[in-house]
Amino acid sequence: MIEGILIGLTTALTLQNILMVMLGCFFGTIIGMLPGLGPMTAIALMIPITYGFDPATGLILMAGVYYGAVFGGSTSSILLNAPGVPGTVATSFDGYPMAQQGKAGKALAIAAWSSFAGGTLSAIYLLFMAPSLSKVSLSFRSPDYFALMILGLTAIAAFSSKGQFLKAMMMVVLGLMLASVGQDSLSDITRFTFNNMNLTDGISFVLVVMATFAMSEALTIILKRNDPTSAAKQVSLTELGSIKINKEERTKMYKTIPRSSVIGFLIGVLPGAGATIASFLAYGMERNIVNDEEKEKFGKGSVNGLSAPETANNAACSGSFVPMLTLGIPGSGTTAVMLGALLGFGVQPGPRLYMTNPEIFWSIIMSMYIGMVILLILNLPLIPYIARILAVPKNYLIPLILFFSITGIYVMSFNNFDIYLMIGIAVVATFMRLYDFPMPPLILAFVLGGLMEENLRRSLLLSNGSWEFLWDRTLTACILLTTILIVVWHIYKTMFKKTKG
Amino acid sequence: MNINTTKVISLLFFIFSAFYLYTAYQIQVFAFDENAPFNARTFPIYLGYAGLFFSGLKLILPDPNTIKVQHKTLEYKKTLILIIIAIIYGATILKVGYFFTTSLFLFSSYYFLGERRWVLMFLLSFPFVAAFMYLLHGVLDIYLRDPFLQSIGVMG
Repeated sequence: MIEGILIGLTTALTLQNILMVMLGCFFGTIIGMLPGLGPMTAIALMIPITYGFDPATGLILMAGVYYGAVFGGSTSSILLNAPGVPGTVATSFDGYPMAQQGKAGKALAIAAWSSFAGGTLSAIYLLFMAPSLSKVSLSFRSPDYFALMILGLTAIAAFSSKGQFLKAMMMVVLGLMLASVGQDSLSDITRFTFNNMNLTDGISFVLVVMATFAMSEALTIILKRNDPTSAAKQVSLTELGSIKINKEERTKMYKTIPRSSVIGFLIGVLPGAGATIASFLAYGMERNIVNDEEKEKFGKGSVNGLSAPETANNAACSGSFVPMLTLGIPGSGTTAVMLGALLGFGVQPGPRLYMTNPEIFWSIIMSMYIGMVILLILNLPLIPYIARILAVPKNYLIPLILFFSITGIYVMSFNNFDIYLMIGIAVVATFMRLYDFPMPPLILAFVLGGLMEENLRRSLLLSNGSWEFLWDRTLTACILLTTILIVVWHIYKTMFKKTKG
Repeated sequence: MNINTTKVISLLFFIFSAFYLYTAYQIQVFAFDENAPFNARTFPIYLGYAGLFFSGLKLILPDPNTIKVQHKTLEYKKTLILIIIAIIYGATILKVGYFFTTSLFLFSSYYFLGERRWVLMFLLSFPFVAAFMYLLHGVLDIYLRDPFLQSIGVMG
């Protein structure tokens, strides 16, 4: 392994490759900040450029773009509540309220440090555990994935907010229903399209997330313009605040980062799971672990609530390289694009990669760490300038949010039906937000819908239609038991508090 | 009589779930797939029942956290105008092109939100969109169809 690390360092620390990481991080941050243009688009745009390079340099550039885009996505989540990247949706839950309280600088600094720590820790985990973790990820079967998704959805519904479990579960079902629109993945039978060709491919994730977060947020701000409480909030929006993190906040982060990095990395390792599930699970877990006083702050600008998903999504980014490099199975959509690029270079990923092409395997791992350092050096000094977006008056900022949202959708499909659909979903979401229907469960359910159906299909077909697969395997049963415990604990707590009241 | 809007939304969701379930049962599957343990309509049917179950529970159970929205303080007029502008934007973007419609969308949105600094409004619409369009079209190589710019010979 030492030999491998040295090979990796020698390759990664050449002037050309350091320059590539820097360029990748910079352009990734810029592209990631534009809603609608996530890491997948950013990496896809880099593929033609990298064909002139050797495979290690090309992949190093793409890894830099990946991290940069994830950090850029966090920035737009925190400042505009417009998460262009699925993995940073959970960041907006506490990042945006923190920015609303005039602590935008601090929120960005917490995100930058958490990303750095999460990425660094996961690079260390990857260094030591990559070969053995590929075996663990292979042991997960369809029933385990299905159970894991049930756990994720239940956890986000249970932890969404006090007394809103049923509302959150309704949003979960709505998210899954929206995900079921379009062609069935196996039989290609169209569902819920009502003979509209525009719906055949289903509803795009970016469209739903833009409609329910960015656009409905903009509409809510206008709607509540004369509301004295929200007017006060808008005044504070123009305040950047300090980017310094005080001792108390640091202490909170010290506790959150290690556990979130572990969960992020492990989820990232599972093929198909990726940064989105990791960030949601880390957020849910963190909310469950902290004391009651801190729990109350979740969704209102909690340091733990911001640090946990930021650490986890970056850790998951590194983790998702494990199945890609060691098994040839991408851990996320983004690594799937990178896998395509790798195959284009004539490199066959798989268990023998670090024997046949050790310089590629180890240089990517080493450049991940270098990328993290560069991202921090690059982004921390830029925070005051980035956060100036908040100083833009509402009369300009709201149309600009709408413009970025609509453009994000338009450049994906060049179709005005998507614009109408987005406006429709945004109007419904705005109305539901007025009555405290939480949006995060809808988004997570929408992301997981396809995967959930796929894993349920495989499980039911393998067990010949029997639901015994739910308790046949110990791992599945344990995950489902945890889900039941969360629901029971939630009901008990609600009833206990009511009785106490 | 006070109507609890959360209950009304739950009732609407219940009706929507019933419609979804009905549509799920109408999904045409292949004849050989009809009796398979899992086909294209299985998951949607479960979802339909789940929707009925959760919205039904919300309807039946008492709602201790009733949300009261102060409708009088809400700015419905401006929100509605902005939505209409966005719909018009969607209707014209393909025919007129990205540059002109987007610039007009931004300019009119600033105006209806109460902005009257004309120079700033202009700078943050036409030149801003031109710069953004250059970034997408010129730098990132994302093709943007624009019949208007093509007709005046700015775009090839």
